[in-house]
Amino acid sequence: MTISADHTARDATSTGEAGAVQHEDALTEAVKKFGITAEDYMLPARYQIQMVDPDGRLKPDAEQGTEPGHEYPLPGDEELLAAYEQLVVGRRVNDQNSALVRQGRMAVYPSSHGQEACQVAAALCLSDGDWMFPTYRDAVAVMTRGVDPVQVMTIFRGDWHGGFDPLKHHVGIQCTPLTTQLLHAVGVAHAAKLRGEDTVVLAMCGDGATSEGDFHEALNFAAVFHLPVIFFVQNNKYAISVPLAHQSVAPSLAHKAVGYGMAGERVDGNDVVALLAVLDRAVKLAREGSGPLLVEANTYRMQAHTNADDDTRYRESAEVAEWRAKDPVNRMRTYLTDRGLLDSAGEARIAEKAEAVAAQLREGLSEDVPVDPQELFRHVFARQTPQLKEQSALLADELARDAAASSQEAAK
Amino acid sequence: MSPTVTTSSEANGNVSAATARAAASAAATAEAAGPQPVTMAKALNTALVDAMSADSSVLVFGEDVGTLGGVFRITDGLTKTFGEQRCFDTPLAESGIVGMAVGMAINGMRPVVEMQFDAFAYPAFEQIVSHVAKMHNRTRGAVKLPMVIRVPYGGGIGGVEHHCDSSESYYAHTAGLKVYTPATVADGYRMLREAIDSDDPVMFMEPKKLYWSKDLVDLSSLRASYEEGTTAGLASEGRAAVARPGTDATLIAYGPSVPTALAAAEAAALEGRSLEVIDVRTLVPFDDVTVCESVRKTGRAVVIAEAHGFASVSSEIVARVQERCFHHLAAPIRRVTGFDIPYPAPKLEKYYLPGVDRILDAVDDLQWED
Ligand SMILES: Cc1ncc(C[n+]2csc(CCOP(=O)(O)OP(=O)(O)O)c2C)c(N)n1
Ligand SMILES: [Mg+2]
Repeated sequence: MTISADHTARDATSTGEAGAVQHEDALTEAVKKFGITAEDYMLPARYQIQMVDPDGRLKPDAEQGTEPGHEYPLPGDEELLAAYEQLVVGRRVNDQNSALVRQGRMAVYPSSHGQEACQVAAALCLSDGDWMFPTYRDAVAVMTRGVDPVQVMTIFRGDWHGGFDPLKHHVGIQCTPLTTQLLHAVGVAHAAKLRGEDTVVLAMCGDGATSEGDFHEALNFAAVFHLPVIFFVQNNKYAISVPLAHQSVAPSLAHKAVGYGMAGERVDGNDVVALLAVLDRAVKLAREGSGPLLVEANTYRMQAHTNADDDTRYRESAEVAEWRAKDPVNRMRTYLTDRGLLDSAGEARIAEKAEAVAAQLREGLSEDVPVDPQELFRHVFARQTPQLKEQSALLADELARDAAASSQEAAK
Repeated sequence: MSPTVTTSSEANGNVSAATARAAASAAATAEAAGPQPVTMAKALNTALVDAMSADSSVLVFGEDVGTLGGVFRITDGLTKTFGEQRCFDTPLAESGIVGMAVGMAINGMRPVVEMQFDAFAYPAFEQIVSHVAKMHNRTRGAVKLPMVIRVPYGGGIGGVEHHCDSSESYYAHTAGLKVYTPATVADGYRMLREAIDSDDPVMFMEPKKLYWSKDLVDLSSLRASYEEGTTAGLASEGRAAVARPGTDATLIAYGPSVPTALAAAEAAALEGRSLEVIDVRTLVPFDDVTVCESVRKTGRAVVIAEAHGFASVSSEIVARVQERCFHHLAAPIRRVTGFDIPYPAPKLEKYYLPGVDRILDAVDDLQWED
């Protein structure tokens, strides 16, 4: 495959001002496409995009927060029904996993309870060839993308650091060092672009993580190299105990986009309809070559950071209650039922599916998977070193002697 | 004007565009036949050109590596020959450079990135330790990271603060990284090609004080023998070299300290003492066999490194040799290293760096009277 035409053209003419040339292109493109200034394209709309209100009612067009150049068509019914199904499954998975942690079947589980709309939309907006780079909190998004639930949970069960093949699913291993994965997303997009592929990459992080250096470096790299990366920030208002006000005093996290020369938008993160509308358009724009975008989802972490955290130490229960009324799953159920798209038979079918996934998790995680100590040495390098061979023999010998000793003990 | 380039979707792809080949052979014809005085810088540059010609998934990026050709000129001409897609300048952000390289390696490329100086690689430390070193392991072997991080390192060039660190021990200590450091011009070529072809991530530590030192080498025959695979049995990884044979004691050195060790051996020979010099070449994996064979033969050893001695590669070498050669040792193993102080200012570095006299003093201390 040859490098895409715009690169070749610039090659012939430019002298190291590639970034500047691309930037100009992006500006003109935006102005042309939407008939607004580049600045108005990059700045988020004045209000967050919300299509279905917390009571499950479709908002009038004029009140959805859209503006010229920030217009979002309502997603199709089929997409919305599929999203609802995944919302219900996601909620069940979150609650099942939290229960498994309490029972000691898993070491830890950072729940996305309350953030399921973000999780589901992040996965559903992508095509098969696209990539996703999730964080520790995004297990539901990874499953929605089609990775086996038990494989996803391996990381939290404690028998390995990752349980699925990233290359097979086009999903990075869930990442803990905050925002480091955003740069991997940039690299995957860059490689794809050099090969002339139209891969879009969705890179996820939380509100607190936007303070990290790699967040800045990733956004800047994506913008300068004009890459199809969507930075998807789930603003759930807390970084463990620290509220957003201690991380940033920007008007919104979406406003950070303009500083890098990319478009930003904020969306109600508990409204899966608006999320799909905004992310679907972002994916389309990115795939068409408009460069990276930043989407901030305004949501809330309904539970403690993880099971090890006590959130009563730093927030009021009244605040949590306020957000309970904005629940993404209930809202969608009301909306679809009122529209006549969901009846009790449909509800029952979806509940059954959610229960089946929960059962799969209970079963998969109730077994103690036999671990192979020799595997410790197997994946450190593609080409093994003599030192690791020596150390693996040492451990094998130690285990053999242990086994011999305990069988002798048993014989006595 | 750059030629059209193709890229391979396979990490191990061997797609070579005709134009890139032509560029490489043009470079080859510019080289006179037979052994010539060649600098380490030229050898490294040639290795990059040849690797990029051989495999179109090899990409070079970093700070000032494009138009300028790198502050040490190691990437000179690459953008011109291969185009801006394959050798390019990034924004100033080392974590960004390494993190993006991780993503590119995941997605079928072989990135070779340059850290401008040793101490300026530190912003990338988190990416290196948490991802470059661990990705293969975290993914249970599913993902390989065939990437090279080139780091000009060490002192002896009168450099100011933050430009002379010996940072190899940080990387050697990190499980999952391979750490190469060439000491000769021919190894500069061979080992860089090998690092680029490796499916493991390699920290490629380039002794910056040796960039302009020359050896007599024949680059085109080096290229031919590397590419024809005749050096397959002579791979550098995990193989130390006997840089100078000797019988009385072993000097174990790597990178910038190898020429110093050779000078010390030369001086010792004048005094009638025959010192063997071992060039470690790859710190990870370490060649226990060659090093220990030498020490068992001589019964005495001195380890030489510019880096601080405390908790360092040199301490590791002493520990390994002691564990394996204890009964062959006629004296405790000595170390000649940098002092445990921040790297000194230019006018003071001569007091810091291990030199011939300090090495010979250490050799004198090896209990010869017993
Ligand atoms: C580099 C780094 N520093 C600190 C931590 C510890 N840590 C884990 S999660 C977290 C809070 C992150 O908050 P946010 O980005 O808002 O994501 P959320 O957990 O709310 O989804 C912290 C500080 C880490 N994982 N990585
Ligand atoms: Mg948060």
